Parts: sequence; structure tokens; C-alpha cells
Amino acid sequence: MASVLVRAVRSCTRLCAAKNWTAHGRSLSSNPGDRGWSGIQYTTDMLAGSSPHKQQVFRPMYQVLDHTGKVLDAAQVPDLSNTQLVKMLELIITVGVMDQQLYKAQRMGLISFYMMSSGEEAVVASAAALAHDDMVFAQYREPIVLYWRGYTIDQVLDQSFGNWLDLAKGRQMPVHFGSKDLHFQFISSPLSTQMPQAPGYAYGIKLSGKKNCVICYFGDGAAQEGDAHAAMNFASTRGCPVIFFCRNNGYAISTPTHDQYAGDGIVSRGPGYGMESIRVDGNDVFAIYNATKHAREVAVNEHRPVLIESMSYRLGSHSTSDDQTGYQDMNIVEQWKREYHPVIRLRNYLVEKGLWDAEREKGLLAAVSDKLKKGLNRARDEPKPHLDYLFEDVHSKLTPRLERQKREMMEHIKEYKDYYPLNQHES
Amino acid sequence: PGKTKMSLTSSRLVWRCLRSFSTGVKGWDSPNLPKGYVAEPSPVKGETKKMNLVEAIRSGLDIALQTDPTAVVFGEDVAFGGVFRCSVGLQAKYGKSRVFNTPLCEQGILGFGIGLAVHGNTAVAEIQFADYIHPAFDQVVNEAAKYRYRSASLYHCGRLTVRAPYGAVGHGGLYHSQSVESFYAHIPGITVVIPRGPSQAKGLLLSAIRDDNPTFFFEPKALYRAAIEDVPVGDYTLPLSQAEILHEGSNVTVIGYGAQIQPLRQACIVAKEQLGVSCELIDLRTIVPWDEDTIIKSVCKTGRVVIAHEDTFTGGFAGELIATIQAECFLNLEAPIQRVCSWDTPFPLVYEPFCVPSKYRCFEAIKKVVSF
Repeated sequence: MASVLVRAVRSCTRLCAAKNWTAHGRSLSSNPGDRGWSGIQYTTDMLAGSSPHKQQVFRPMYQVLDHTGKVLDAAQVPDLSNTQLVKMLELIITVGVMDQQLYKAQRMGLISFYMMSSGEEAVVASAAALAHDDMVFAQYREPIVLYWRGYTIDQVLDQSFGNWLDLAKGRQMPVHFGSKDLHFQFISSPLSTQMPQAPGYAYGIKLSGKKNCVICYFGDGAAQEGDAHAAMNFASTRGCPVIFFCRNNGYAISTPTHDQYAGDGIVSRGPGYGMESIRVDGNDVFAIYNATKHAREVAVNEHRPVLIESMSYRLGSHSTSDDQTGYQDMNIVEQWKREYHPVIRLRNYLVEKGLWDAEREKGLLAAVSDKLKKGLNRARDEPKPHLDYLFEDVHSKLTPRLERQKREMMEHIKEYKDYYPLNQHES
Repeated sequence: PGKTKMSLTSSRLVWRCLRSFSTGVKGWDSPNLPKGYVAEPSPVKGETKKMNLVEAIRSGLDIALQTDPTAVVFGEDVAFGGVFRCSVGLQAKYGKSRVFNTPLCEQGILGFGIGLAVHGNTAVAEIQFADYIHPAFDQVVNEAAKYRYRSASLYHCGRLTVRAPYGAVGHGGLYHSQSVESFYAHIPGITVVIPRGPSQAKGLLLSAIRDDNPTFFFEPKALYRAAIEDVPVGDYTLPLSQAEILHEGSNVTVIGYGAQIQPLRQACIVAKEQLGVSCELIDLRTIVPWDEDTIIKSVCKTGRVVIAHEDTFTGGFAGELIATIQAECFLNLEAPIQRVCSWDTPFPLVYEPFCVPSKYRCFEAIKKVVSF
């Protein structure tokens, strides 16, 4: 302790003796590992780097495919196979059909709730850049990532109806999907809670030595929560192989981004955490793919987190409980649908390459529509899970108290069986 | 000026004389009353060593890290040994990747711990004081507690254990004395454990760490150095969700947990000496899921109940115990159930001795319940 103090005093005295304070940039800290001080220079210019608001600089967004489908730099076209590219387009189109039809299904009272991902389907390209077993912590507007990995339309419908086939046994609202086989954590409604969990999971990967990473999706609204800050700080300080992927779609329900933050979006926060950050055009599958691939390499090989901010625009309402016409300019929405929707540029690119045509699209639209119609009827008629499952999975084993409560409930229901929707459940 | 100053010894003598003429209890100066923490014999066979609560916990953490290669210990100031010295030597022994500091952020500690546990690691998080756990409440109630249920056990964070010092310490005031167990007892899906002493703490901690449910382990900080007893040096566990009868009795069931066991012990001794009352003292140990059978069996035998905890009256865990007891043992009860708790105020600094459920208030509750 004494020698530390002595060294600190000595370096202070030497600095005070120097005539030019900017000369050395010597650390005041006697601890060479102390990143807080070392490398920080002295200056007589008080406002150097102080970023006053009126001089705010905005990071540009990375783009490879412009909105017409023209390649801006041939050297940066991703190394995706034709099969993968076509799969991407097919999924984007499929999600478009699902969004329309399941929105209608909710309005008809068939399913209780739904969220569209209209306008943000290009996020599928980030899934293509990951390994199949890279763990996903998502928010809710990234189902296309799960579909890329193999989640079927029937599974979506079973989850939406909460029938006995639902992987989570009907415990959650529609849209709160997940899958163990597809390495996708179950969605939870509170925003950003998944964010500090992602670096924790990633840290476990790091300790295990596996060459995997974690990707964590979140929106521009969720990025304001304390959990978001906690996540990025923990990931950076502990060196966790995690990609933070922010879908900045302009809105959090009705709240536009200018009520959400005053700085340059989310990407500008990266340097605050000592973390690499990239801003991409969220409608450009090639830009998203390249950025995610790069981020994955950094995460896996260097055990450092990377932040990607994907700029897009939410074309639908927040959910079936929201009406965007109350606050969004529908002229802008229509313009985006006509000119900037991710499907336009990818379709143009693939048509140009001879990998796609109008016939194929017509066929796909019909097939998906048919699958949805048949699937809706089937999933609706499947029974809900057995009542026993109400009490399971609270703890690792059923507790004596829960056993007693279950017995009490079953006795009550036996007596009042005509007044409870028993026939909807497996018996 | 003008007042004669008596020496402390002589003023104490005068006080004792005055007290013996009052209606107060003579037994509080009895040589039978233990001074401080009552050391218990080791709960399991095997070699033991005198340890205080800190050393017992440290030993538990050491064994967890030693026996489980996936185990990780983290929290604020954990690297240098922890503000209460519970992790001294662990980073040197197990390395910086397994024992490390986190940034100062409780919601981050919980979230990170949940993620690590979901990955399959044994995550042992430290929260510096239970008073500071509140920013993590969302991660606990909405995530940790529901992780298994919402995924039908496809995912869970059962390998998460969160340790935090709780309770009065004599000089803690509002923000270094809180009892928070009732907030967490209310959430289905988590386990809450509170040990009463060193040998209990080590065994219960190892059970908590190895249990497949996210567990909160609140350590009575007042006993960190004050409680010393023979603690087994080896690996052992004590069962969760099992209360323990510390001494059998026939007249009154006395229930408590954590640091409160000490004042309850004393109250039971004085009750025996002064009132001839035989108390059955029970340590709940696991707050949730709690051992209803042991409690109900005891109450059906004695018919009278006193419950004491440092937490406040309103919403304190005694309410849950009393609701269950009166529903299950109504016809066996001979008197209304008494609870002895801190007054419904924020935990005050200079008023602490008046605020906490002292041994005197516990004794009065026993007296009340036998003279109904």
C-alpha cells in the first residue's frame, strides 16, 4: 500500500514540474492495468471533443443493395448460395402473407393477439450469418429468424392457439414463441429483460471453449431501459461473445424516436462501452448479412461484443391492440411499402439473376395462404393442454402446497363442471 | 453541573435493585441466559473447525467451485474478497474467469446470472446488501421465477443462486438493515432460504447452489462475525423446504428464522424459568416453499403460537404462516396467534433497539399467548 502511494506521489510531482501539460499524457494511476486513466492526454482546449448538441454528427448507415436492388459495391455482395438467397426471399414473402392473414384472424376472434413484422423482414439475413446453434435472445418482432431455422407455420398456429401441441403448453400469449431445438429463447413480454441475460449466456459459452456466439435482438424503445445499459456494460467489461442487434424502426408503440433519445440513435452508444458499433440499412439483406457475419467473427474469435443498429421502419401497427393511423403518417407508410420494403430490392436482385419470377411468387403466395387456412382450422380444433399442466414447471418438482392446490381445484371443478370450459382441454 | 455522577458499575447496581422491586422479569440477568450466539453441535458427522458465519459461507463457496467446474462466483467487489470477506482467496484459487467483479449494477448481476444459469453453468451471484437488490426485482419476478414455466422446462435458470446479507446490524439504518424475504416469498417459482448460523449456512448454501430452482439466500449479517461454532470442513448439504425443531416443547410453538432465532432462544429460556412454559422452538430455514407439515403438527400439539421476524408487521411473512395455521389448526388453537415484528416504519438508526422484535417483546408474546 505504501509503495503504491509513493509511486503515485512521485508521478504527480514529475507532472507538476513539467512546463507543458500536454507533453506526456502520462497516467496518474500507479496501476498499469487501470484503463480508467492510462492513455488519456491533457489539453488546454476545454471543449475538445465535447460534442455540443448543435454539432451532432450522425453515423452513416452501411448499404450494399440500394432500394432498387442495384449492387453498390460488387466486392461486398455476400457469399450466400442461390438456395440461401431464394430461401430469404421466400421467407420474407411468407411472413408478409402470415402477417396479413393472422392479423385478420385476430380481428375475427380466432386468435387472441398478433404482432406483425412488416417492414423489418430483412432481419432474416442476420440469421443466415449465424451458426444454427448460436443462441438467440429476441424481443418479439424477429419471428423470421426462428422461421429461417425451421419453425413451421403449424407451430406458429399451435403456439397462437395455445393448444396441446404448443411447446410451452399454452402458458403464453401468441407471438411468445421459442424453441430448444432451434436455439431460440422463449419470448417474454417485458422489454429488454433478455438483454443482460444474453451476455451471461455468452459468458458460459466463452468458459466452455465452444466457438459459438449469442445474438440479442431489441428495439429502439427497449434500448432505453436500464437493462440495455446493464447488458452492454457487462458484455464489454467481461468480454462476452454477444451481438447486440437493435432494430430501430422509428416507433415504440406510438412513441417516435425523437421522444425516445436525443443522441445519434443506439449506434452512438457503442464507444461509450468500448464496444465496436455498426449502423446498417435495415432494409438491405446484404448489409445486414455482412455486418452480422463480421460481428460474429469478432465475438467468437476475440470474445468482444459488437453492437449493430439496423435502421428500418415499422410498417404495421405495434400489435393488434394498436392502431398506427392514430399517430403515424400513413403517406410515409405507403411510400415505404412502395419504395423501401426489403422484399422489393431482394426480389429485383434475384429476378435480375434469373433466380426468381412472378410465377414462382404467385405459387408461393397461394401455397402459404392455403397452408395458413388449413392450419388455422386444424390448430383451433386441437384441444388445449391438460389441466394438470397448470401446476407443472413452476418449480423443478411439484411442491406439496401446489399438490394440495391442484387437488382443491380439481374437486371444485368436478362440482362446477358445467360452468368451466373443460371440454376445450385434453382430458 | 450540580448532578452527582455515579460510576457505571454502581448505577447498574442501582438499576438492578430498582428492577427487582418492579414488576419486570428478574430472569434477564440469569446465568442460564446465554451471552450472544448459541453455538450448536455440528449437524453432520466428520471433521469440524471453528468458523464464523463468513468463514462457513466462504467454505461453502470454495466447495461449490471445487466440485463443480461450471460454477462461477460474481458480484460487486467479489474479486478482492467481498465487503464482508465471504470470497477471500477464491479468485486466487479458482482464477479470474470464475471469480470476478461485475459492474455496479444489480439488474445486470441478476440478468447476467440468469443467462449464465440458462447456459447450464452454476451461477452464484452476490448482491452486496439485500437493501440494494431492488433494481433486480424485474429480472427476478418476470424472468428468473417464470423462466421454467413459460418454456415448459425446455429452458430454466435453476442453477442460479443469489446471496445477500440481510437484517439489522446495530448501526445499519434504513439501507443496511432491510429484510426482503416477503417480497420474494410472494413470487411463485423461486426458493428463499435464510440460515440461522454457520453450520446451517454452509449446508443450506450448498443445497441452494445445487438445487434446480433459482434460490435466494439471505445471510444474517449481524451474525457474520458474532456467530462461531464447529462447522464441518467437508462437503455436506442440509435439506431445503424442511423446518427444524431446535427444542421440543408442549405449551407454545415458537417460529422464527435467521438472526431472530437468538432472541427467541432467550425468550424461551426465560419463559421456562419465569412462567414454567415449555416452548417448541422451530427454525423455518426455507421461507418458500415452506415446511407446512412440521409447523402444523407442532401447532396441533401445543395450540399456541408465537411467530417473530425482523421484517415489519404489515405484509411480513408471519402473515402467510398465520393464515395457513389458522386454516389448518383452527380448532386446536387455544389463543390468538401472536406475531412479533419490527414496527411499520423504515428501519431507523438510533431507534433500532426499540424497533426490532427484541427478546423482551418475544417473551411478552409468549406470556400473552399462555395467559389468554
